[in-house]
Amino acid sequence: MAGTAPHSQAGNAAPTRRDFIVITASAFGAVGAAAALWPFVHQMNPSADVLALSSTELDLSHIATGQSVTVLWRGKPVFVRHRTAEEIAQAKKDDTAALPDPAKDETRVKKPEWLVMMGVCTHLGCVPLGQKGDFGGWFCPCHGSHYDTSGRIRKGPAPLNLPIPEYTFLSDTRIRIG
Amino acid sequence: MANNNAPTSGFYANPVVKWIEYRLPVFSTLDHMVGSKYPTPKNLNYWWNFGSLAGLCLVVQILTGIVLVMHYTPHTSLAFDSVEHIMRDVNYGWLLRYMHANGASMFFIVVYIHIFRGLYFGSYKSPRELLWFLGVIILLLMMATGFMGYVLPWGQMSFWGATVITNLFSALPVVGDPIVHWLWGGFAVDNPTLNRFFSLHYLLPFVLVGVIILHVLALHQFGSNNPQGIDVKGPQDTIPFHPYYTIKDAVGVGFFLLFFSFFIFYAPNFLGHPDNYIPANPLVTPAHIVPEWYFLPFYAILRSVPDIWFIEAKLGGVLAMFGAIAILFLLPWLDTSKVRSARFRPIYKQLTWVFLITCIGLGYSGGMPAEGLPLIIGKICTVYYFLHFLVVMPLVGWFEKPTKLPASISEPVLKAQAAE
Repeated sequence: MAGTAPHSQAGNAAPTRRDFIVITASAFGAVGAAAALWPFVHQMNPSADVLALSSTELDLSHIATGQSVTVLWRGKPVFVRHRTAEEIAQAKKDDTAALPDPAKDETRVKKPEWLVMMGVCTHLGCVPLGQKGDFGGWFCPCHGSHYDTSGRIRKGPAPLNLPIPEYTFLSDTRIRIG
Repeated sequence: MANNNAPTSGFYANPVVKWIEYRLPVFSTLDHMVGSKYPTPKNLNYWWNFGSLAGLCLVVQILTGIVLVMHYTPHTSLAFDSVEHIMRDVNYGWLLRYMHANGASMFFIVVYIHIFRGLYFGSYKSPRELLWFLGVIILLLMMATGFMGYVLPWGQMSFWGATVITNLFSALPVVGDPIVHWLWGGFAVDNPTLNRFFSLHYLLPFVLVGVIILHVLALHQFGSNNPQGIDVKGPQDTIPFHPYYTIKDAVGVGFFLLFFSFFIFYAPNFLGHPDNYIPANPLVTPAHIVPEWYFLPFYAILRSVPDIWFIEAKLGGVLAMFGAIAILFLLPWLDTSKVRSARFRPIYKQLTWVFLITCIGLGYSGGMPAEGLPLIIGKICTVYYFLHFLVVMPLVGWFEKPTKLPASISEPVLKAQAAE
């Protein structure tokens, strides 16, 4: 039908006031529809109560040298490791090794004996096992990523080092994560 | 307007049927969809049973799912216990849950055979490209539904499966982390995640119903393909769907229900993972995470991709895994052969079996720890999976000399009869 029908006059004539109204009204309608869509999308983002539960405190005085503690922060494990002198030395020595995600050990700790980092593999989110793997640090059993004594990725599919959460020393023996 | 073509004898002579049919042509519509007015190639073999079997699986999943929801609680503190309550306390709860859990596996078995049937007999070729597209969309929806359903019991595999799969999206540059937090509704898989997965797990099967209606609509445009892969030349090549194929499908349903029942009653947890009977624990990852068996080939592809050039392994694996399905959309154009059925394609015929072995190899690799021989098998199979579609199919289509096609669907049958 469209092929045989004569061309409508509006198609050839100069834009009219009506064209302007149609275009602007449609554009506003589209903006309105997009704005109405946003609440349906944004409702899936973390809610206020989830955002509010965002800090955890931990007493370090009970953690002996060579011992690790795992605490839950924002639904995820955080490793707090009281590193031994050998581990610290190894971590510093490896500063110059071939690192997929280069970082110096001193930038990953506030005090060398305390390594505080997320216990979440940067590959696909599994919890790595402590003091396992080829580099004496952590090993993720899911897909075989090896982390060193500073939590840096050394081997395997994970692209990044174990992330360091925000934390502060409230005193020599107490930290707040988050 | 009343349908002037509506028959007036037999069933349609019934006054109640007549009264309804005059106002709402539901009987004649059904008859045209899956009844005596749907002309079907008369040479369909048992590989053509799997479409209706897939439909049956969806019906079983929806019915059992609706009643399971009457007893299930979608909350992290109650979900696991409510599933155990279904297993121990609810009347026939164990049966309904085992039907639903194994029904998902049956659905994938049936659909994978249905897809392979399409690959072997060239059912994706012109003019059935959109029919094939809708099928791939159905597969994607099934995967999403199956994945989210597996999370609902909130066992260890539920939790860690959800963690690993949602983390796939973190591989995307820049938008990765915001998308993952958006999917989770928090900073880890938690109650908001469970709630939305439950909501979508209930919704998607009905979306599937809608897409399946479109799939059947597209099927009816040119009718079913057939083992010869040649077009229907006239009425002498067809028989009515009902009663011929409704009966043939019913035979398949009988065998299928025996197979299904074996798993429900004798091996209900064979296809599952024992770790999912341990309540979810965000602090401990199971030693060996595996997805449900029907995701294993794709999981193997995910793990088989190393760092390539500037694309790191994580992103590369994710792209390859989604690409493994996306490539199916290109299939009608990657296959350059004009001949549909592999019966008349001596080289492609062999290669479809090589492809099947590749998929099984990927499934094996995906189920094993990512090291040693299984990892090597996974890598080889991943390479061939893509080579098969991107290189082998276009080349074979060009260089292969197909054997002679029969003049019509009837011809080989009549010849065989004459020979007797």
